[in-house]
Amino acid sequence: MDHRFESVNEVREKLESVDYLADDAIAGIVHLSDRLEKPILIEGPAGTGKTQLAKSVAEMTGAKLIRLQCYEGLDEAKALYEWNYKKQLLRIQADRSGDSDWSELEDDIFSEEFLLTRPLLEAIRAEEPVVLLIDEVDRVEIETEALLLEILSEYQVSIPELGTVTAKQIPLVFLTSNNTRELSEALKRRCLYLHLDYPDMDREKQIVMTRVPNITDHLADQVARVVRSIRSLELKKHPSVSETIDWARTLVLLGIDKIDAQTATDTVNILLKYRTDIDKAVKDMNANADSYTGS
Amino acid sequence: MTTDSNSNMANGTVISDSAEAVGDVTNSPLLDLLTGFIVELRNAGLPVSLTENLDAMEAVQHIPLEDRVALKYALAATLVKNHSHWKAFEIVFDVYFSLRGEEYALDSELLDGPLEDDDEDEQSPGGEGKGEQGQGGSNSGMTPEELAEMLYNALANGDASMMRSMARESVRRYAGMEPGRPVGGTYYLYRTLRNLDLDGVLEKLMQQEQDESGETSDFEQRLQRDEYKDRIEALKKEIEAEIRRRLVADRGVEAMAKTLRKPLPEDVDFMHASREEMANLRKAIYPLTRKLAVRLARKRRRGRKGPLDFRHTIRTSLSYGGVPAEPKFRNPRPKKPEIMVIADISGSVAAFARFTLHLVYALSSQFTQVRSFVFIDGLDEVTEYFEQTDDITEAIHRVNSEADVVWVDGHSDYGHALEVFWNAYGKDVGPKTSVLILGDARNNYHAPNSWIIKDIKERARNVFWLNPEPKSYWDTGDSIIGEYSQYCDGIFEVRNLRQLESFADNLV
Ligand SMILES: Nc1ncnc2c1ncn2[C@@H]1O[C@H](COP(=O)(O)OP(=O)(O)OP(=O)(O)O)[C@@H](O)[C@H]1O
Ligand SMILES: [Mg+2]
Repeated sequence: MDHRFESVNEVREKLESVDYLADDAIAGIVHLSDRLEKPILIEGPAGTGKTQLAKSVAEMTGAKLIRLQCYEGLDEAKALYEWNYKKQLLRIQADRSGDSDWSELEDDIFSEEFLLTRPLLEAIRAEEPVVLLIDEVDRVEIETEALLLEILSEYQVSIPELGTVTAKQIPLVFLTSNNTRELSEALKRRCLYLHLDYPDMDREKQIVMTRVPNITDHLADQVARVVRSIRSLELKKHPSVSETIDWARTLVLLGIDKIDAQTATDTVNILLKYRTDIDKAVKDMNANADSYTGS
Repeated sequence: MTTDSNSNMANGTVISDSAEAVGDVTNSPLLDLLTGFIVELRNAGLPVSLTENLDAMEAVQHIPLEDRVALKYALAATLVKNHSHWKAFEIVFDVYFSLRGEEYALDSELLDGPLEDDDEDEQSPGGEGKGEQGQGGSNSGMTPEELAEMLYNALANGDASMMRSMARESVRRYAGMEPGRPVGGTYYLYRTLRNLDLDGVLEKLMQQEQDESGETSDFEQRLQRDEYKDRIEALKKEIEAEIRRRLVADRGVEAMAKTLRKPLPEDVDFMHASREEMANLRKAIYPLTRKLAVRLARKRRRGRKGPLDFRHTIRTSLSYGGVPAEPKFRNPRPKKPEIMVIADISGSVAAFARFTLHLVYALSSQFTQVRSFVFIDGLDEVTEYFEQTDDITEAIHRVNSEADVVWVDGHSDYGHALEVFWNAYGKDVGPKTSVLILGDARNNYHAPNSWIIKDIKERARNVFWLNPEPKSYWDTGDSIIGEYSQYCDGIFEVRNLRQLESFADNLV
């Protein structure tokens, strides 16, 4: 069978060519997902590139991205398929004259023509290569997860009235979660698992370099360092990668080429959202260097 | 995973010689190694299913066997589905796959020498001499000063491969490892680090930085210091890894794995958690409290529709020529969840109380209708401490300094604390309220006043008691848990996250 990628390195390089900087864990799991034909479940803090990874993989493989955004209350009709109730009704009404018998009519109204395809079924039925992104799966109730299991392990959807629809090509599937609740064992068993944490300093610098036009190497380096220092504080919410990028963009817009304590203090509200966090970080950045001795 | 420092420095590291040579995993020594590896993961408490076991076996066939980093992430992706198990996985992985053949067999010449006294200065010519006779490696001929110099330069330049070989050399020289000696890795780590004086090295690095770049601001110095600290941390990790490798070489994989086994975060006893374990517990608790809160409040879930909305249905039907094709329903009115947490924060459960307060904090950050009370021999409401701040440390500080929980002597008096609760807040307990009591019910032989629990129970939706003591201690000495439990809907031993989770699971 054909593989999409020859090696882990190839994945890394292709991702880089679409401006996504992967580390060993990320590149490794994408490679493995292709080989084992298994979905990837990505967990981790907000803004660490979970959703972006699926998008970038779609871009680099030239596949179509199909996205199912999860939310509390998501059901079969929104995730898989739905019968076009109104259209069916009109069809029945049109038939009031009664020249066709009921079973004929039933076959008719439960045919393709009356089927509304939702993202999961769409991904299965697609002719062209597809990346399926099931975003923020922790938002659905644990009972709703069951809807996903057939797709995730068999790449098929059973429709009682129509039969089983099997994938023509195995899509790459990504599920993301912010870990607001534990996902079911059944779901986890079917997936490869990746915990996506904040990048280390060097990778974050590279991300800033690729995502922020016209930034100097020196400024990107400082940005990454400041963010690392802030992340070492005990905060309610640490800066995400997207916040790092926003901050770097702002600094470039302001024409700043070197960060000092004052600039950092003035702009730290882009990195941090909570008042108490901002206060902590400002206090920390303006502390005398000597106070760190030996700590 | 992605911040793992190993990943930057792991080039050139290979798995054991035997595994390297083999291609087909199904009949190779690697298979044995993998089987043992997975057995050990299970011993360490990781729930590896049969499917996952097979996935791992398949996964390793798709990566080059000499690539230790790829091997690590392939195994992690298939076997570790919970981030709080990552640490345990990493230790087992290091033990099973870090051996690099002969080079790591402990050098008998090096180790058979006279036992050095702990307090003896290892930098004395004697200690060094033995080092020189040891392996013919390029670093062996160095004086301690030269070693220190090279280490310093490696740190100054952030040279990862140099740092690794310096780590190796430092362990060889200073750890004083001997075959068969039943000493833990921490001891060897301590001996090695004592000789390196890394705090001094940090100050020297900072000094040099300042001398070279002239006037730098406090802010820049601070950033530079963080950078050096980071490198020093990486060096320490290398040293630890080196010690571990040597111990594995000496004692064998299985024995080492067993020595290093630690409880998973969900199995750590709240009452005896170390500071680091407590930090891990805190991270693991958030998703769990959500489950707990949802279950306790038993909010109405999706799928239940409210009563038919007649007017809306008629209005919609107009677009179908008057056929009520799309029945419309009113939204169900969700019940407001109400949870009251009453927590013992006395000395006998001090460690548990730390955890309890995190639980309260996590609960109240997700639901507005959480009221919290703490007690020793008096009782006070602390709901607003948690509501008024985003900062858990501040909230805890207020609990400890402001809450009025001492009545007479600051020794637990459940009877009196319950009485205060009942008199002041009993009226707020209603049919939608779930009451959660956390404590060991060690009452110092005071009056139990268990009728209060009975009355609370009559008014509330349910009353649960979580006890951090092992069941075997219940109702011994001054514990009167039995007296109270007769009026509760349930009473549970909750000494770790796993038990808390199973309590939440059983609430359905
Ligand atoms: N490795 C990376 N390479 C390049 N850009 C990245 C990387 N990681 C994150 N980013 C940037 O960070 C932004 C935020 O990432 P994304 O939206 O994927 O986060 P997320 O993890 O899905 O967050 P959330 O949990 O909030 O949904 C992306 O738009 C991208 O610009
Ligand atoms: Mg996202």
